[in-house]
Amino acid sequence: MNSLVIPPGLILILGGLLLPWLTPRLRSFAAIGFPLLTLMMVWLVTPEHSMKLAFLDYELDILHLTSEGRVFATVFAMMAGIGALYALKHARILELSAAFVYAGSAIGVTFCGDLISFFVFWEIMAIGSTLVIWANCHQNKRAYGASMRYLLVHLLGGVILMIGIAAHVANTGSVEFTAMKADNFATIMIMIGFLINAGAPPFSAWIADAYPEASPSGTVFLSAFTTKTAVFALLMGFPGESILIYVGMYMVFYGIIYALLENDMRRILAYSIVNQVGFMVVAIGIGSELALNGATAHAFAHIIYKGLLLMSAGSVLLMTGKRKCTDLGGLFQSMPVTAINGIIGALAISAVPLTSGFVTKSLETSAAAEAGLPWVWFMLVAASAGVFLHAGIKFPWFVFFQKDSGLRPPDPPWNMRLAMWIMSFLCILIGIVPGIIYGILPYTLDYKPYTVDHVVTQMQLLLFAGFAFFALLALMKRTLTISLDLDWFYRKLMFGLIIWIKENIPQLIAPVITGFKNFGQRKFDRLVRVHGPQGILARTWPSASMVLWVAVLLAVMMILHYMRPD
Amino acid sequence: MSKNTSPEKQKHWLYREENRRTLWIIQFAILFIAILPEFFMHHHASFEAQGIHLDASSTFYAWYGFATCAAMVLGAKLLGYVLKRKDDYYDD
Repeated sequence: MNSLVIPPGLILILGGLLLPWLTPRLRSFAAIGFPLLTLMMVWLVTPEHSMKLAFLDYELDILHLTSEGRVFATVFAMMAGIGALYALKHARILELSAAFVYAGSAIGVTFCGDLISFFVFWEIMAIGSTLVIWANCHQNKRAYGASMRYLLVHLLGGVILMIGIAAHVANTGSVEFTAMKADNFATIMIMIGFLINAGAPPFSAWIADAYPEASPSGTVFLSAFTTKTAVFALLMGFPGESILIYVGMYMVFYGIIYALLENDMRRILAYSIVNQVGFMVVAIGIGSELALNGATAHAFAHIIYKGLLLMSAGSVLLMTGKRKCTDLGGLFQSMPVTAINGIIGALAISAVPLTSGFVTKSLETSAAAEAGLPWVWFMLVAASAGVFLHAGIKFPWFVFFQKDSGLRPPDPPWNMRLAMWIMSFLCILIGIVPGIIYGILPYTLDYKPYTVDHVVTQMQLLLFAGFAFFALLALMKRTLTISLDLDWFYRKLMFGLIIWIKENIPQLIAPVITGFKNFGQRKFDRLVRVHGPQGILARTWPSASMVLWVAVLLAVMMILHYMRPD
Repeated sequence: MSKNTSPEKQKHWLYREENRRTLWIIQFAILFIAILPEFFMHHHASFEAQGIHLDASSTFYAWYGFATCAAMVLGAKLLGYVLKRKDDYYDD
């Protein structure tokens, strides 16, 4: 056993906490160095490694290698590094620091062998990502509200997940994180907890609500980790759960329709995340080896090309200060590097031959065919055409072409251009040499993406989808609008109801609040009676673990103190 | 830089009115080239066992891509009448 091996995620988490204390020069090196170190560590871990921790009566393992986890951890570490390069000059230290903690805990999730440490990393991710959005409060007055709504959705997801885990442990006595069947209360709760983070209905709106309110680099970080960690969790926890086919299919078309209606360029791309994650969720629902390979490979490729698209959009936002399609257009003339890289990302997401999308997404459609599910196949093919429509053409067309907005900003600074070129290179490299990604997938794969039939049919599908776009361009005229989503129920209806009660029947308020308080007190008293002196929390703990937790609390308080908004 | 002098000449060629026709012709030419292989090749059916041969029929991918995208655009347009609100709808 190699004593040098530590959980890779911890390097990034600790590195992120260290960043604020470094000098600016050292920080630039550290921002690239920590992700590189993490990436190396991901590949040093072998299946024999483990790091066992004792918690209550359970044994946790935070160094548990799976081939699926390694693929996700690899691309997470790459994204942290290239994202940091992109963020280097403009991002606030809080954002970069939070992004590293966020990325590190996402990697932590991929190395968890048990549900308890899984949950801890899962929740640190929620905090890290909220801080990434929060870091943009001084630039964007909508960021604060969006970050709080984001946090509420994730805390709700976390509570549901915790309920599921507790019930699951009570049922089975095991904390091991392994494939489950959603056939009882506990596992159904766990699956719902995962799905909320994936952007599944009825909680899909948070992605387009929160992500585009972060800074240009913040949105790049956000796009990579939360939803794809949820894909990883579903992949490991619920492969072949057929309900996921329907959930994923809804997400696929939800993403397309809402992206078609959207005017804000980064919200278009945020809806497109739901669409792409939908493909992966469908594949997990199919559950064959080919399908699971497809979901893994697609997640890897998607993180890179979606990061690239958001880098391109972020560059436009940074250089013009504008984010709405109605204000943009004609930027290819003065921002050629941003436009070219944006187009490469758009081609990759559309699965054009020679790009990463072509060699990965086709695994999922082939899996639907192999599994003998014609309706799934026909809908996924239609959706592939729809991806070209809403992300492949719509994004570059309305931002870089359409009418000439008269804006002539230059390309962004060198670090951002370099980050985009690296991402473009990766999109094309994977497209040309798919063996790179096929070789690290969980199951052995014998698949030839480049057959004449596949290339020809894919080009026909996409070119005629593109024709539909230009033929119906008049129907897609941009308007200064947003589209209502299911978040209307908590943002408008419930809020309005409370205001209405407050104004019209204020005498109701006091009894309701007192009622709530008494209810909570009664439950708490019962808890103390039943579980108090003899309960789990009253047992003697080793003083070492107490010291550890005090240290953790102190560290968290110190970070929070440091990070309070200016 | 966009100056006010002779606006049509100042524009990038993509934006000039006279080139619009050419751009459409190029697009149709590309679509035609994409269709050409249909005269020589046969596609393999993925769902022979289920008795479905639609995906192996000639020009399936072309018309299917166009038709489904047109349906999605129209569907989005119709839903837009119900769902669209001014973009400051949620602002206080």
